[in-house]
Amino acid sequence: MSASEAMPVPAARPVPSRLPGAGPWVTLGGVLALVVLASLAIGTVPVPPSALLGSLWEALGPGEASQRLDPMQRAVLLSLRLPRVVLGVMVGAVLATAGAALQALFRNPLVEPGLLGTSSGAALGAVLAIVLDVTLGTHMGALRMLTVPGAAFCGALGATLLAQRLGSGGGRTDTPRMLLAGVAVSSGAFAGMGLLTQAATDAQLRSITFWSLGSLGGASWETVGVAAVPLLLTLGLLLREARALNLMLLGEREAWHLGVDVERLKRRLILAAALGVGAAVAFTGMIGFVGLLVPALLRMALGPDHRRLLAASALSGASLLLAADLLSRTLAAPSELPVGALTSVLGVPAFIALLARKGAA
Amino acid sequence: MSLEAREVEVWRGRGRVAGPLSLEVRPGEVLAVVGPNGAGKSSLLAALSGELRCKAGDVFLEGRALHQWPSVERAQRLGVLLQESSLGFGFTALEVAVLGRSPHARRGGTASDLEVARAALDATDTQHLASRAYTTLSGGERQRVQLARVLAQLWTPPARGHRYLLLDEPTASLDLSHQHLVLERARAFAREGGAVLTVLHDLNLAARYADRITVLDQGRCVETGTPAGVLTPDLIANTFGLRVEVVSRPDLPGPLVIPMGRASPPP
Repeated sequence: MSASEAMPVPAARPVPSRLPGAGPWVTLGGVLALVVLASLAIGTVPVPPSALLGSLWEALGPGEASQRLDPMQRAVLLSLRLPRVVLGVMVGAVLATAGAALQALFRNPLVEPGLLGTSSGAALGAVLAIVLDVTLGTHMGALRMLTVPGAAFCGALGATLLAQRLGSGGGRTDTPRMLLAGVAVSSGAFAGMGLLTQAATDAQLRSITFWSLGSLGGASWETVGVAAVPLLLTLGLLLREARALNLMLLGEREAWHLGVDVERLKRRLILAAALGVGAAVAFTGMIGFVGLLVPALLRMALGPDHRRLLAASALSGASLLLAADLLSRTLAAPSELPVGALTSVLGVPAFIALLARKGAA
Repeated sequence: MSLEAREVEVWRGRGRVAGPLSLEVRPGEVLAVVGPNGAGKSSLLAALSGELRCKAGDVFLEGRALHQWPSVERAQRLGVLLQESSLGFGFTALEVAVLGRSPHARRGGTASDLEVARAALDATDTQHLASRAYTTLSGGERQRVQLARVLAQLWTPPARGHRYLLLDEPTASLDLSHQHLVLERARAFAREGGAVLTVLHDLNLAARYADRITVLDQGRCVETGTPAGVLTPDLIANTFGLRVEVVSRPDLPGPLVIPMGRASPPP
């Protein structure tokens, strides 16, 4: 208790708490690298990993075209699998990191972006665009591809801001109230979707179903380019807040007394999460459980320190989504299973096990 | 140089819970705030810490309105121990104490922050819990770890000005020996030039460790003064509804309050 000159600070003892060094990063990074390689190599057109690495090196660098991949392999690799992998890595990373950040913000390990209305708002926007068959006219070319994602993105932002508005009073965001508002907004959005599907044609229904279960199949370099902006922006915004999120775990009042501008932090984080999750849902549909499960599992393994948790969530979320995507396109090849269903298939048992363990502890 | 409430009124919803009242805590002293349940003690603390804006009047930290302080600079000199904490994530006790250093470093976890956190755990007799998960600690242990966090926050004096420590019932869930430990720490903090305001229920602890006592009742300041001047049988009977005898012993710094029973026992 005291100024340091008044009471000598005891000499440092060995640090007993978990302070993992490079170990987790090597593991998580290695897993991601393996999953990326497997995703590039495996598929209906197999690409041998050795040729793959050489070819990638040449494609990225100024080297000459590879002699070791035939044109078919090369085309599949560069214009189908690579953009798909890049999109998957970004979306998985954003979903998991946003989940981790929101769980800290709401100080509730069961929160995920879906609970704030973000996902369902996006879904409503997308269904609206599909059913109304909104097109910007054939002459607008490339923009047409963005109609459904654009509507989904607007729906995500709109629903989240509505939930936040309903959950706020007197200039502050009341987090329990915002969760309730998010549930209400979600229910409203699902009701709207239900009504709209009644009006949908069979083709539109298939499109809605496929979209609502998620897929990375729509990835192209164009979509990757558009999606990268909000996704990477979100990732950057969230990773910056690790220290403030640690303080939020102490409690909102405690964080405030430690100098955190709590209300502005909440607004920043909710907006960042809506931006990233909105973009993710817009381009890949609804992909569940990544945002819930990845941070929860990592928190048990690494502890709650967000300086580790956020980056670890990003790496693991990317790995999980890519692995699920790999399964989705190989299990029933040549047709594709919806990736959102696979993350849930992987996620639900793990989540139940987590809950059981929490209950037993 | 002080933390001062001038004619403040604190409202929660449509009801006034404290005030109008004025109060000042100065560097070098321990001020105890006592009063029955619902007297407005915690509301006063919330106003003094800037957490609740006052509907009337204002709180001044070293002459400058509290809400005009940049939040990090405020946090470097004003620390608050709340009555209960809702930390439900598994930080270790040491990690919790290190979090207290946040206002001082743009990047936490440096060697000196770790040393301060360890020393703060030592000061609250929780060094043996350093690597235990906070969620596995008992109520009293948690409270001492939280105190260590606040002490770590205020460990070093700011470049200019003083440190202010606000404690809301810091002894509530502690065993007798640790109650005294915590208040001894508060005294030591004041001896080193800090200011302490603590809400207490135990009048004898207040009499023993406080330089001054403020009695709060129904949101108003009833009396402020030295323990011997304030803790009279009449005042305690009127404020707390308790019959007491007040005795003094030469070997104790303050008066000793002996409860004799409720002033008007129910039939």
